[in-house]
Amino acid sequence: MKNHAAEAEKFVADSARAHWHDEALWYVRRKRDVAASQLPEWEELREVAGKIKKNTVENLAYYLELFEREAQNNGIEIYWAMDARECNETVEKILREEGARRIVKSKSMLSEECGLNDYLQERGYEIVDTDLGERIVQLHGDRPSHIVLPAIHLKKEDVSEIFHEHMATRKGESDPEYLTKEARKSLRRSFLEADAAITGVNFALAREGAFVVCTNEGNADLGTAMAGVHIACMGIEKVIPSARELGVFTRLLARSATGQAVTTYTSHFRRPKAGGRLCVVIVDNGRSGLLSSGESEALSCMRCGACMNSCPVYRRSGGHSYGSTIPGPIGSVLSAAGNMDEFASLPFACTLCASCDNVCPSSIALHDLLYGLREDAIKSEAYRGKRTLLKAAAWLLLHPSLYAFVMNLYRRLYPFIPRRILYGRWNVWGRERELPEPARRSFAQIYEEMSDGK
Amino acid sequence: MRVALFVPCYINDFYPEIALNTMKILRAVGMEVEYPKGQSCCGQPFLNNGLVEEGRRFATRFVDIFAGYDYVVSPGSSCVSTVRHRYPTLLKETHPSGVEEGRVMELCEFLHDVVGVENLHFRHSFPHRVGLHNSCHGLRELRLGRASELILPHYSKIRAVLERVEGIELVDPERDECCGFGGTFSTGEEAVSVMMGRDRIDDHESHGVDFVTGVDISCLMHMDALARREGREIGFIHVSEILRGDEV
Repeated sequence: MKNHAAEAEKFVADSARAHWHDEALWYVRRKRDVAASQLPEWEELREVAGKIKKNTVENLAYYLELFEREAQNNGIEIYWAMDARECNETVEKILREEGARRIVKSKSMLSEECGLNDYLQERGYEIVDTDLGERIVQLHGDRPSHIVLPAIHLKKEDVSEIFHEHMATRKGESDPEYLTKEARKSLRRSFLEADAAITGVNFALAREGAFVVCTNEGNADLGTAMAGVHIACMGIEKVIPSARELGVFTRLLARSATGQAVTTYTSHFRRPKAGGRLCVVIVDNGRSGLLSSGESEALSCMRCGACMNSCPVYRRSGGHSYGSTIPGPIGSVLSAAGNMDEFASLPFACTLCASCDNVCPSSIALHDLLYGLREDAIKSEAYRGKRTLLKAAAWLLLHPSLYAFVMNLYRRLYPFIPRRILYGRWNVWGRERELPEPARRSFAQIYEEMSDGK
Repeated sequence: MRVALFVPCYINDFYPEIALNTMKILRAVGMEVEYPKGQSCCGQPFLNNGLVEEGRRFATRFVDIFAGYDYVVSPGSSCVSTVRHRYPTLLKETHPSGVEEGRVMELCEFLHDVVGVENLHFRHSFPHRVGLHNSCHGLRELRLGRASELILPHYSKIRAVLERVEGIELVDPERDECCGFGGTFSTGEEAVSVMMGRDRIDDHESHGVDFVTGVDISCLMHMDALARREGREIGFIHVSEILRGDEV
């Protein structure tokens, strides 16, 4: 089982870095607040988006089949993949048919989830991530720690080191503009040489049989414009009814994600270019299992990352501490709902502060989902001790007279308990905090005396 | 109006003066206050740890003990929130008519919504700079104020009530962020919890406040526990200690 608390402790141990990470993401959260406040109808938009997503998810089969039919009419090839393996195999099959060896890929969390890069590299393909953050992470042999800002755990000095090692940039030069230009030079070559382009999908429009990819760097557009074949991978939950609803989402997405009014590029793909192929792989990989669960609402997520930026735990523990492809509140829900044995610690990596609910552009009640998932999580073997203790405490509190007796004993003995025992190794609270002192008399006692005196 | 005082278990044993002040304040505004016997925990520590069956026993108990009053008022926002936010689902089967959600209220909420701030005339003053810590369940579940995430007009019921006390200078911190207590989170996720608590204290301290106040003593207790260990000067007091209730 992954242990979030242990991983978080390592991240927090470097206090300066943890604070820097927290501040960097809080800045993005505040940018989001400013951008959102430009739209007086913001809260209504979030509500409407949630309703559209809910309707789509409840009629998912209908919308997916409609999308398939319309897309095929437009000349788009549609493939279905049950799981990560089928997704990867399908992508490779298309690449093989095309004799493609060199691939450029724009950001797709689904491909991360499926381990597509590793799968293709093991089979001799050269795959280059073209999103700057993802490129940094890829060169570093690392994983994204955030779904919109994949390299947010790295500082510019780290990037300078990585680029120096892999792209021979000047040692010690950490000017962001210089580093970005060097990355662009290197990526230009990859774009020009690419045989195929892989992208994700932000929104699939069922009625139009088209799909939309949002980026800030134009890397998806450059990749798909140069290469003959474009393979887009999407999770089954990416479909929305039609272009009519799209505006609700594009207005919410960039504002929620980075505080921009709109992503720099919002590209629509409707048919293959002349002589080229346009393929869409529709992937389930556990999503349909969520449909009938208490967490089906999580399928409304549009992957903006706002819940991460707003989460006081995520900002201080870093994305890698979650041990899952998608970190933060939504990642905890998806991971724990999909595989509780592995991710039982994630529903507890949360204070139930509910800040995530308030920023979610799809109005997902994330903190309520995390609360609900704890019912299963607490049954995990790792929490046997905690469960037993809590059950004993519950029993005691359900016997108020006995509880009052125990507390009276404690308040009498308290002055005589030596500090080294009170703050012994058992006392995790007391490692960095003082214990509250029991009052000389409980309120119940005070009240009783007052009533007697009346 | 007959008002039942709901005293959360940790307030009963560790902070009885908060319950006492709450009772005085309610009496001072003309309420007939009773403290029903046999009350215990609201069940939050168990519910928040997924122990639903245990939680349901506390909920059933609560509903029985507090039946028949016009209002139930408590100085603990997260306990009130447990009743309002969690009980309805929990008691769907046994109490299909609901648990009268609006009837159980946090102290400031009651003073604001039922008594009305215009009817609060405190005779004492509190000439201090006071940081206002917005406890999450009060802010985001009970909606006692506007959380910074929401694009809605600004309001704060707690501030509106506290500002009736002369001389008080209320200061909002930079962030309306969680203090990191979170019940068992404080020990289960010790490192993050401690960092969150210290960050909140730093935020308040940077505004040069004498005290930090709020509607939930568990959050204040967490920050106080960290501050005391580090020998910091800042004091943490529950709103009822500012409102006092000597005479209203």
